[in-house]
Amino acid sequence: MRQNGHSVETIVAWALALLWLLPLAYSLWSAFHPSEYATRFDLTASLTLDNFARAWRQAPFARYYVNTLMLVSLVLACQLVIATLAAYAFARFRFFGRDVLFALVLVQLMIMPDVLIVENYRVIGALNLLDTIPAIALPYIASAFGIFLLRQTFKSVPNELVEAARVEGASSLGVLWRVFVPLGKPTYIAFGLVSVSYHWNNFLWPLIVTNSVESRPLTVGLAVFGAPETGVDWSVITAATVMTMAPLLLAFLLFQRQFVQSFMRAGIR
Amino acid sequence: MVATVMSAAEPKAARRKAWLTNVNAWLLLLPAVVLLATFTHYPILATLYHSFFSLGRGGASHFVGLENYIYMLDDDVFRQVLRNNIVFALATVPTSIALALLMAVWVDKKMAGRSFLRLAFFTPTVLPMIAVANIWLFFYTPDYGLLDQFLKSLGFSGHNWLGDPSTVMSCLAVMVVWKEAGFFMIFYLAALQTIPPELKEAAAVEGASRWYFFRRVTLPLLMPTTLFISINALINSFKLVDQLVIMTKGGPNNASSLLLYYIYEVAFTFQDTTYAATLTVTLIAILAAVALTKFVYLDRRIHYQ
Repeated sequence: MRQNGHSVETIVAWALALLWLLPLAYSLWSAFHPSEYATRFDLTASLTLDNFARAWRQAPFARYYVNTLMLVSLVLACQLVIATLAAYAFARFRFFGRDVLFALVLVQLMIMPDVLIVENYRVIGALNLLDTIPAIALPYIASAFGIFLLRQTFKSVPNELVEAARVEGASSLGVLWRVFVPLGKPTYIAFGLVSVSYHWNNFLWPLIVTNSVESRPLTVGLAVFGAPETGVDWSVITAATVMTMAPLLLAFLLFQRQFVQSFMRAGIR
Repeated sequence: MVATVMSAAEPKAARRKAWLTNVNAWLLLLPAVVLLATFTHYPILATLYHSFFSLGRGGASHFVGLENYIYMLDDDVFRQVLRNNIVFALATVPTSIALALLMAVWVDKKMAGRSFLRLAFFTPTVLPMIAVANIWLFFYTPDYGLLDQFLKSLGFSGHNWLGDPSTVMSCLAVMVVWKEAGFFMIFYLAALQTIPPELKEAAAVEGASRWYFFRRVTLPLLMPTTLFISINALINSFKLVDQLVIMTKGGPNNASSLLLYYIYEVAFTFQDTTYAATLTVTLIAILAAVALTKFVYLDRRIHYQ
């Protein structure tokens, strides 16, 4: 009886898991088959890469890839440097206004740049940066979340290690570089994965500040390409959709454990 | 000799050291402070400021006091998007939490293929919402779409799922639950792994049923996680609007529009930036209220372990 209960539960769990994979499986089916099979399931249907070739020809996806890669690396590199310096100050220095300043940093955790689109558009306009990749990146590169995570990490670094480095004559930046940064590696990886996923997938803000092929990331490019008024074939749109999500999806499948742990570490504060 | 000099100049040296520490710290913080001030604090204040102005002809603005707010309270579309947002939150938050808990319990158990289950449940989390919207758009397409084809094979007739005000919200909510549940699952999973196995053994010795144990031991122990997830899910329900751009544009007749999407429309389609600022103040107030509830009230109550 008890055994029966378990196997029924296992079947239900598997059914839900398969249902959960259905949208993804369906998009792969439609992307890799000729368009007459977009809504027909036939195991004898021939596989094709034609949809990808057509999507690649019809829109500058190569450029969109380059833009997204530039965007996520720009955001991540700046975030890491800025958050490291700020977290070091918060974790290891006693200075005037520290607590007030930290509270001001935390404001960004509740009111994220995602909701300040109207005024940030004005600011970017005033800086004369509209329709550029830095415009997409700028509101996000001082990450309260990154500062918060790294501060926690840096606070747990044992004092003896800091003292030892000081005795060897390291300056305060030297200590940061030789002691704190190496010990923060798991946090850096966790934050990095979350940040890259977030900015690879981000859409509304890039949609607002970009207006040309030269600056559009993949997500915006996909939305422009797939808009109903363009009349593009459904299978070709799915191929473009698969192209947009493939790099992140592959990375996730390869480093599954790392991804799950990073999202977990980043979420539990 | 060095020692005497030090002792004579001690208060001065200490002050000098404190001053250096201050300079050092502020230099380290400078880039973060400048950027946060420019892209978070200034925009928040500017939003508030602009909400008291009105765009005149030719873009010149003049002070109108609370007029924008009075207009907002009378604005049927605003009321509708706010109502939609509440419905959307009530539909997605409890469902995704319940599903996340169920998934976590399954994955946590020694169930056959648990790593496959975890993979299946978590995958939607890493996909861009915009790609997800494209795929689900085709699910819901009248007649051709997968949903209608399935229903037709059962003998039902086709339905314009996203074009019907009475079904569009549910369709979007199902999609968002699908996208989010796996993300929340991992927090439950982490929490479940911290529950000592001795508790389960003790309960088994006492003859407690699995359901009893789950209800009286597991659920209360998971309470902090549940609250944490609820807050995050609630905040997300006010932030997630990407899908609307692709799937419905807020339609039909604003039936699926949400507050942030309305702000986007007012600011960038209707070009009424001062009214958009007024709406943004409302959104900021909602988010701040949620966050403050979390900081002040929940953070104190839930740390009882």
